[in-house]
Amino acid sequence: MSNLPESLVSYIGKRTLLFLRVVHDISVLINSVFYWTFIAPFTTGKIRLKSTISEMVKVGYNSIPIVSVISFFVGMILALQSAYQLRKVGALIYIANLVGVSLTRELGPIITAIIVAGRSGSAFAAEIGSMKAAEEVDALRSMGINPVSFLVSPKMLAMLIMVPCLTIIADFVGIVGGFFLSVTAINIHPQNYIQQTINALMVKDVITGLVKAVAFGGIITIVGAYHGFQVSGGAEEVGMRTTASVVSSIFMVILFDLFFTALFYYFT
Amino acid sequence: MGPAIEVKNLITRYGDRVILKDISFQIPRGKITAIVGGSGCGKSTLLKHLIGLLRPVSGSILVGNKDIASMDDKALDEFRRHIGVLFQGSALLNSMTVGDNVALPIREHSRLNEATIKIMVKMKLDLVGLSGFDDFYPSQLSGGMKKRAGIARAMALDPEMLFFDEPQAGLDPVTAAGLDNLIMKLRDLFRMTLVVVTHELHSLFTIADQIVMLDKGDLIFAGTVEEFKSSVDPRIQRFITRQPEEETYCPEDYFSIITAD
Repeated sequence: MSNLPESLVSYIGKRTLLFLRVVHDISVLINSVFYWTFIAPFTTGKIRLKSTISEMVKVGYNSIPIVSVISFFVGMILALQSAYQLRKVGALIYIANLVGVSLTRELGPIITAIIVAGRSGSAFAAEIGSMKAAEEVDALRSMGINPVSFLVSPKMLAMLIMVPCLTIIADFVGIVGGFFLSVTAINIHPQNYIQQTINALMVKDVITGLVKAVAFGGIITIVGAYHGFQVSGGAEEVGMRTTASVVSSIFMVILFDLFFTALFYYFT
Repeated sequence: MGPAIEVKNLITRYGDRVILKDISFQIPRGKITAIVGGSGCGKSTLLKHLIGLLRPVSGSILVGNKDIASMDDKALDEFRRHIGVLFQGSALLNSMTVGDNVALPIREHSRLNEATIKIMVKMKLDLVGLSGFDDFYPSQLSGGMKKRAGIARAMALDPEMLFFDEPQAGLDPVTAAGLDNLIMKLRDLFRMTLVVVTHELHSLFTIADQIVMLDKGDLIFAGTVEEFKSSVDPRIQRFITRQPEEETYCPEDYFSIITAD
C-alpha cells in the first residue's frame, strides 16, 4: 500500500502527458491543414481542383437526400411540438416563427453537421486510417508528397463549402416540413404561414447558422483526419478510430455549437 | 566517387527500447546492397531512416554531403524526389488505377502535359512487364503484379536510388525469382543504387553485391557476399544454415517478463 501515492502521481502524470501529446498532435495537424489548404495554393500555385470537386460530390451532393428527408421530418416535429404548447394560448400562427428561427439558427446547422459527421467524418477516418495501415501514407511521403496536402486539403475545402450549402437546404426543407404539417394537420392558412415566416426570419438568423456550419465543417474534417492519421495497427484499429471519430466529432460539434450560440446571443 | 549513402553512429529508439545501437556502414554506388537479419532486428526501421521517414535519436545518414537525419521537411521532400521506394505490401493507392499510381509522382513534381505523362507511364509499366495494365485497379492485380506496379511507380521520376522493403514477402518462388531478375535488370540497365531489405536467403545470394546484417539492433556484418558466406560469426552461420536460435532467459529476466505491465 506504500506505493499508492506513487502510483497515483504516476497515473496522473501519464494521463497528463497523454493529453498533452493529443493536444500537440491536433495542433500540428490543424496548422498543417490550414497551411496546405489556404496558404500553399498561393505559394506553390497548386490547387487540387479535381480531388476537391470529387470530395464535394461525396460530402455534399450525395448527402442531399438524407439531409432533406431528416430536415423535413424535424420541421414537422418542431411544428407539432410548438402547436402542442401554442394552442393553449391560441397562438398557433407563431409555429412559423418557432420553426423558422430554430431551424435556421440552430437545428439546420446541427442536424446537417451530425449527418455529415456520421457519413463523411467517419469516411475520412476510415479512408486515411486504412491508407495508414497499408503504408500508403508512408508511400506518399516517400514520393515527396505531403499526405495532409494530398488527402486532407481537398476534404477541408469541400467541407467548408458544402456543409453551409447543405445547411441552407436543411433550413429550407425543414421550413417546408413545418409548413406542410401546419397547413394540413393544424389548418393554418398557407399564405399566413409564409408571411409569418418571412416576418420572423432575419438575415442574421440565417448568417449565424451558416457561420456555425462553416465551423462544423472544419471541425469534422480535422477530427476525422486526426483519427485516421493516428491508426498504427490493422483493420481493428481502423474500425475503432472510425467510431471514435464520429463520437468525438459530434461531441465537438455540440461543444462549439454552445460556444457559438452563446457568442451570438450576446453579440448579435 | 564516394559511397551512395554513409551511415554514421546511428542510434534510434521507440520509447525506452533501443532499436538501432550505434551502427555505421556504407552503401556503395551502383550496386545492390541487402540489409538482412531476423524478424524484429531493426532492418525495416533502418530502411525508414534511410528514406527519411523516421528521424534517429543521434547519428547521421550522409547522402553526398547532405545529412538526411538533420534535414528540414522541405529538404527531405526534395531528397525523396530522387529516390524510389517499394513497400512490403507495395502500397499502391487503391482508389487509383495502376496508370494513375505511376503517374502520381510525375504529376506532383513536374509540369509535363498529360500526353507526355501517359507515354512515360506506358514506358515504366513496360519496363516492369505490365504493359496494358494502365486501367486496372490494384485490387484486380496479383501480389507479384502489385509489386511490379509498385516498382514502376518508384521508377517514375528516374530516381538515383531504389529501396525495397522485403520485396519477395508473400510471393511464390517463381514470382519471387521474376522479381529478383527485375531488380538485377534495374541495376545493370540503369546503374542504379539499390537497397533491399530481405530475409529470403535464396534471393539474397542471387541479387546482392553487398550485405549488411543486423542482429537485435547491432550491426554484425557489412561486406561482400563472399565475405558473408565465409564469416565465422556464429550468428551469421546460424542465419545461412537456418538454425533456430534457443531463447535463453535467466530466471530473473523470465520473471520480470511475465510480471511486467
